[in-house]
Amino acid sequence: MAGRALYQFAYRRSPDQDAPLPVRRPVVVVGAGPVGLVLAIDLAGRGVPVVVLDDSDRIGEGSRGLCYAKRTLEILDRLGAARPCLEKGVVWQVGKVFQGEELLYAFDLLPEAGYAMPAFINLQQFYLEYVLVSRLASFGLAELRWRNRVSAMEALADGVRLTVDTPDGPYALEADWVVAADGARSTMRALAGLPFVGEAFEDRFLIADVAMEADMPAERRFWFDPPFHAGRSALLHKQPDGVWRIDLQLGPDADPEAERQPDRVIPRIRRMVGHDRFRVEWVSVYTFQCRRIARFVRDRLIFAGDAAHQVSPFGARGANSGIQDAENLAWKLARVVQGRSPASLLASYDAERSAAADENIAHSTRSTDFIAPRTPQEKRFRDAALALARCTDLGRRMVNSGRLSTPSSYRTALSTPDADGETWTGGCTPGSPLPDAPISWRDGRTGWLLEAVGGDEVLIEMGETGIALPEGVRRLRIGIDVHDDQGLVAARLGAPAGAALLVRPDQHVAARWKRPEAAAVAAASRRLNGWTEAGA
Amino acid sequence: MTETQGPHRLETKARLPDPDAAYRMLVEAHRGLSDEESAALNTRLVLILANQVGDASLLADAIALARRADDGAPAQPSG
Ligand SMILES: Cc1cc2nc3c(=O)[nH]c(=O)nc-3n(C[C@H](O)[C@H](O)[C@H](O)COP(=O)(O)OP(=O)(O)OC[C@H]3O[C@@H](n4cnc5c(N)ncnc54)[C@H](O)[C@@H]3O)c2cc1C
Repeated sequence: MAGRALYQFAYRRSPDQDAPLPVRRPVVVVGAGPVGLVLAIDLAGRGVPVVVLDDSDRIGEGSRGLCYAKRTLEILDRLGAARPCLEKGVVWQVGKVFQGEELLYAFDLLPEAGYAMPAFINLQQFYLEYVLVSRLASFGLAELRWRNRVSAMEALADGVRLTVDTPDGPYALEADWVVAADGARSTMRALAGLPFVGEAFEDRFLIADVAMEADMPAERRFWFDPPFHAGRSALLHKQPDGVWRIDLQLGPDADPEAERQPDRVIPRIRRMVGHDRFRVEWVSVYTFQCRRIARFVRDRLIFAGDAAHQVSPFGARGANSGIQDAENLAWKLARVVQGRSPASLLASYDAERSAAADENIAHSTRSTDFIAPRTPQEKRFRDAALALARCTDLGRRMVNSGRLSTPSSYRTALSTPDADGETWTGGCTPGSPLPDAPISWRDGRTGWLLEAVGGDEVLIEMGETGIALPEGVRRLRIGIDVHDDQGLVAARLGAPAGAALLVRPDQHVAARWKRPEAAAVAAASRRLNGWTEAGA
Repeated sequence: MTETQGPHRLETKARLPDPDAAYRMLVEAHRGLSDEESAALNTRLVLILANQVGDASLLADAIALARRADDGAPAQPSG
């Protein structure tokens, strides 16, 4: 483990452990992985007191998540946690797919300029977690309790009671809402007796982090049947600290114990990199699964991240989608806890993020099946696509080495459909994430649209509409509050002068109008906050 | 065809002006190939032709027809 960052934290006894009766908290988050941490930061930032429990007291063992997508970085930026990640991370946007020694094709994930965040950064997951833990510590409303392992759970009429094991013994803790963000092997899921259903892939994969000096660009490289690893696939990513992530397909019959040993690992890597000047920092042998629980909200117990759904890593959809769960949940839970929305708003979390999980599972399953075909005919299809890819676009478009994480557009009851008689071509359909674009502030400083929108419910107006706004909605006038010097705001929103878009607190578009009226905006705002027309 | 949902229908009437010649072309393409080479060639052909069809609902209909034809069921239940 030489050279591997490791952050150690201390268990501290909480006064809750000495309380005569279980203390009641508004929100308890189980698990301080990326998802639980992002959720806690977002909740605390929205004024909700939150307690995070984690069974461990250190970060940095093992190596997992690596590639963080633009949308994730935009969320981290809103939460004040993107900068250290960008400073440390390796920025990339080009992927190359090889067959044998030949380059089949290259793809560019962000061919156009004018976004604050890059297409992707590579960053060891422990660095991300450390940044998030530090950011969470800056909120007085949040508390992170290390070596607090949930071992039992009881559903109450209006909350959940947890039994938490600590070095000082167990204590009971109650919460109005519990979010289970305790990862793929979720204790909470087991305690709730929820089946985790889906597909398991037979192939084994060797994943190694290797320190070496290499004069290769920061791009994702994927090989089908490379000369150094015949008949199988290989993936290479650049990480910070001169470390490279190597992912080698081993086939279904590989012996995971033997394949972890240096006498197997080192020759494989030597064949790949062509020399001996490397140090293996970490190695593991994985099989992959794609599965989910049926419903993410069970009364007062809510599941997020890997505890709710799991994907294979091709496409980097694990942490990226889990962080989107967290941002989708945070504003809704905050509004419910603060009495600003009905609890039924949380049903939209289940609906929106279930659909996103299905989308991610579908992409990840297709990629994994392409990389590791299950039958001889599946392999023939794969090889046919690869053969055609050498000479045609039709083949290249079928080659699937991983479709990299993009945010979901929600088909949701929270969206207001476009008004009759208003036709929009392109732009931002309701439910889709608001795209970023460069702006300038009134004083001439340059900035970004997403920065100006932040985490509020915002009506973006193309110019001055003059309409009255419902309570809780902030106005952002393009051309007055901020300037669209490059015209990219108008272009990306597809919005003409006088139009307006209502944006949710998670920066997804809820509604848009070419000719906005106060009553329509108010109705759309009630709708996105979970108040049905009938209840309004 | 009953399966068709998309804008186009799978054509089950012969469309080629000379079906015998087309059939012959396919047969000759496989002459001298091993089973494995034939299977690989057919697989590439399927991908090329699927792209030429260019319509996922038509492709689904074609897959359904191909499946049914093997069951010995009538290929055109609805005429
Ligand atoms: C090889 C590999 C590569 C990957 N690459 C990527 C990638 O490039 N991009 C990407 O987005 N994702 C990637 N992933 C997936 C990513 O690592 C996970 O999706 C992510 O860690 C999920 O975050 P989480 O917070 O839901 O769960 P976790 O990170 O698993 O965190 C759960 C936390 O809960 C704690 N916990 C567990 N049980 C209890 C309990 N009973 N009480 C209290 N605490 C508990 C655990 O200690 C842990 O800290 C990869 C995964 C693997 C294996």
